[in-house]
Amino acid sequence: MSLVFVIVAGPPSSGKTSVMMQVIRHLQQDSLQVSACKIDCLETSDDARYRSLGIPVCVGLSDYLCPDHFYVANLEEVWDWAENQKTDVLILETAGLCHRCAPAVQGCLTVCVVDNLVGLDTPKKIGPMLSTADIIVITKGDVVSQAEREVFSHQVECVNDKARVIHINGLNGQGSLGLKRDILKMSPLQGITGGQLRYPMPAAICSYCAGETIVGSAYQMGNVKKIDFR
Amino acid sequence: MKLRKISILGGQDKDANPENIRRIDIQTGEVVAVVGPTGSGKTQLISDIEQYADGASPTRRTILINDLGPDSNGPNKAFRHLMAEVSQKMNFVMDSSVAAFLRKHARVRGIEDIEKRVADVLGLTNELAGEPISMADNLTLLSGGQARALMVADVALISNAPVVLIDEIENAGIDRLKALNILKGQGKIVLVVTHDLTLTLMADRRIVMKNGGMCKLHRLTREEKRIAAELAAIEADISRLRNLIRRGDSIEKSKNNKEKAVLWREFCSTAHLTSAGL
Repeated sequence: MSLVFVIVAGPPSSGKTSVMMQVIRHLQQDSLQVSACKIDCLETSDDARYRSLGIPVCVGLSDYLCPDHFYVANLEEVWDWAENQKTDVLILETAGLCHRCAPAVQGCLTVCVVDNLVGLDTPKKIGPMLSTADIIVITKGDVVSQAEREVFSHQVECVNDKARVIHINGLNGQGSLGLKRDILKMSPLQGITGGQLRYPMPAAICSYCAGETIVGSAYQMGNVKKIDFR
Repeated sequence: MKLRKISILGGQDKDANPENIRRIDIQTGEVVAVVGPTGSGKTQLISDIEQYADGASPTRRTILINDLGPDSNGPNKAFRHLMAEVSQKMNFVMDSSVAAFLRKHARVRGIEDIEKRVADVLGLTNELAGEPISMADNLTLLSGGQARALMVADVALISNAPVVLIDEIENAGIDRLKALNILKGQGKIVLVVTHDLTLTLMADRRIVMKNGGMCKLHRLTREEKRIAAELAAIEADISRLRNLIRRGDSIEKSKNNKEKAVLWREFCSTAHLTSAGL
């Protein structure tokens, strides 16, 4: 079996779920079976929003683990689940917390959602999540000036000039048709096993990974890096 | 490539009945109003234009640019940012001075003589706004009217989007009729979504929306043109009166001062008389 695998990343509250819900409505009109998976840390209510569209939804909570490591470790399982739902298009929404991680996998369509309100320097700070994306969705354009929209898109294009930039209003769906078109242009994947991350995950093997809670060098073991004050 | 016109090919309304209007061509320099009650499909129409609908949106409309459809690669690339928007709910959010921000925007747009262009934008802004702004003012501290005036001036002179959407700016506290003329003069296609009578009548044509579909395309009648001129004259009078009061003067009946000698009722009838002569 094969399916189109869409990975959605972006900072918290940038509008990932709202944008994807608009796109899913378009896909449903074409009688495509869409499934959604939400990866989060401690709790999420996004699954209820996806469920309201009448599609199969699964939730993965990473709990004490790094949500992005947890995400990669569960890609095969999510794939199998989606296959069982006879999915044509799978939307996998990540937690969107750490600006070091980039969830992009070769062969999947990776969408990064950022909003116009985060400030001009944010595109640079987000780093690989933005620079490895195939499509960059910019939201909340309805509340800022046209001039700021244009300058912000430019800042985004400076970080990633290959991605297609789409302006979407997550509230009324304006612009979401373009994203649907790009999803339908993707050739379906035959499987996720053996797929490669476009950017490695951050290393994280120190005493705090293992549950240490006390501050101080004496309590630190493993992969520990200190600030260079020179 | 230069934009000459956009065309809207009719699709269907909310009940999947074909729209009455099968095709509308809008040339550069033209102002078209979109009217209809809330929920009649105005936003969707604008949305279709902005994203080059290709017959696949819920309305099944198709947008052509210079007679080319969205499938041909030409227009898509050349007009990546087809539409600029100015609306009442927009605000500046960047913590920056007016000058620094305008320079940045001009640089992004690849404008050559940046300083001159920035000065032009400021000049135009101050023609439209009630209170003048200066280069050193902070963007986020501008009043609603000043911000809207700056947005219009920036869209007219720096943004390269050939289509401008004006979305309900009736209460924005700027000279909106002048704003419309400036945008028109820059060779933009101007779409006005509004409930404001005067603004609607400034457009040569208007699309009437009903039940999600383009129901009627109306060209301004001679009578409407006359009324539009009359309304514009009344508004000019109101604005003069407003400035008078803001300057600290009062409206009194006095023979010594002819300009100020306007009581409200008299003022209205004067306005009517002046404009009736037009």
